[in-house]
Amino acid sequence: MAQEQKQPRKSEETEETTEVAPESDVAERKEALDDDVDAILDEIDDVLETNAEDFVKSFIQKGGE
Amino acid sequence: MSVRRVMGTEVEYGISVQGQPTANPMVASSQVVNAYASATVRARRARWDFEEESPLRDARGFDMSRQIADPSQLTDEDLGLANVILTNGARLYVDHAHPEYSTPEVVSPLDVVRWDKAGEQVMLDAARRAQQLPGNPAIVLYKNNTDNKGASYGAHENYLMRRSTPFADIVRHLTPFFVSRQVFCGAGRVGKGQDGRDHGFQISQRADFFEVEVGLETTLKRPIINTRDEPHADPEKYRRLHVIIGDANLAEVATYLKVGTTSLVLAMIEDQFITRDLAVDTPVAALRAVSHDPSLRQTVTMADGRKLTGIQLQLEFLDLAKKYVEDRYGADADAQTVDVLARWEDVLARLESDPMSLADQLDWVAKLKLIEQYRSRDALAWDDAKLQLIDYQYSDIRPEKGLYHRLVGAGRIQRLLTDDDVEQAMTNPPEQTRAYFRGRCLEKYASDIAAASWDSVIFDLPGRESLQRVPTIDPLRGSKAHVGELIDRCATADELVRALSR
Repeated sequence: MAQEQKQPRKSEETEETTEVAPESDVAERKEALDDDVDAILDEIDDVLETNAEDFVKSFIQKGGE
Repeated sequence: MSVRRVMGTEVEYGISVQGQPTANPMVASSQVVNAYASATVRARRARWDFEEESPLRDARGFDMSRQIADPSQLTDEDLGLANVILTNGARLYVDHAHPEYSTPEVVSPLDVVRWDKAGEQVMLDAARRAQQLPGNPAIVLYKNNTDNKGASYGAHENYLMRRSTPFADIVRHLTPFFVSRQVFCGAGRVGKGQDGRDHGFQISQRADFFEVEVGLETTLKRPIINTRDEPHADPEKYRRLHVIIGDANLAEVATYLKVGTTSLVLAMIEDQFITRDLAVDTPVAALRAVSHDPSLRQTVTMADGRKLTGIQLQLEFLDLAKKYVEDRYGADADAQTVDVLARWEDVLARLESDPMSLADQLDWVAKLKLIEQYRSRDALAWDDAKLQLIDYQYSDIRPEKGLYHRLVGAGRIQRLLTDDDVEQAMTNPPEQTRAYFRGRCLEKYASDIAAASWDSVIFDLPGRESLQRVPTIDPLRGSKAHVGELIDRCATADELVRALSR
């Protein structure tokens, strides 16, 4: 049965990061990670609602259940 | 038993009408449900059959009187709100002021994930269709549990259990499990206190809304252990444990572990395998304290005086579960039980050593990581509206806007299923339960079905004066193995009902 067990799927990206950033080169690795963070924040910046304050104020729900 | 049992989830979605913060949420919710029903349900629309509903039945052995019940507890009254049964066996309806999706009954944790994610796609499709109607504004749905202004709405789980298990045993052993399981299945929240009066991040969306240890209510004085006793099955043999404490998860691994580990703990309770006393002092306060410390160092005090963190308390349950599975099944344990144990162990170990390494598996960690990145880049204080926005928008179910979906799109969240798996589950029922019979009947004989519910399908056949009610009281009957061939063979509902009554 054990061989049927699903292994957590590694994303391609994780593997690439491992390839380009060998553990020995800490500075280079940190730079790669920083770029990585910037890339995702840039993408999220593009989709975030523009007026955070208004949005938060108007998000009103009724209780449920 | 193992991780496998009859179970399912029911999720109420947050709803907002764009540009109209004061729009009536019941009207908007009805528009969403009706838009989906009109587009997908062929012929007549079967109504929900309320005959077997008993929301005031208490597992401790008494009924609450209808006169003293809060009106919100009377969920068995047909208020004329939108309510449809889908061909995948699920129920899509309006509950109070939210659209809600209940999965069909399934028998494995991965299938809970599959039909729970299918529910997100049904909701997405429904909201898009509602928007296409002339004059309708855009309606956006959120898979979360609070507006951070005092309101909370639920993401419930249901587990079929043996009636013979004393309810007191369930309360005793499940309470400490529920106090601590949030360390992996919390969805993360910006804000503390029911109305978010204190700033900061906590692990769970729901923890601050629980006020008592045991009770029947779900809308006020919420209890850690809910006693609603409405089995939708033979009450002599079964109870349905209605779990109201969970967060709505988007991450597939989080949902999978939430229901997989809970099902395993219930199996141990049913088999009286838990002999350690894992009771915690003041569980309601402990639940909040664990949630309020994302550093995971907060301890709770055990009945025997030990002080354990939420992770350590979970490790006690994991240790028991490993022994239980080894003792009962050894090398014959089924693949999902083995997988749930392995992932549970891995996740707890990572939470101890490097919680941020779980940002690709758990909702609260993914959300916190994103928030910390924003805080560090833009030097945001905890009261900055942008952080609250990130919390809400993480759960926006639109793939182009929802932050969970953007992270998935960027390959930063692990998945257990493919998009195709989930799309199939939007229309196809699970094959191992009565949901198969319900779903196939609705797919094949829609025009001859007057009503349906968890425990019946009611046919209105041409030429017959009375309605024909086919009870489905046993959740494990009506599976593909039982009725697949029969339904394939019967071209009409009349043929089917005749064959069934022979």
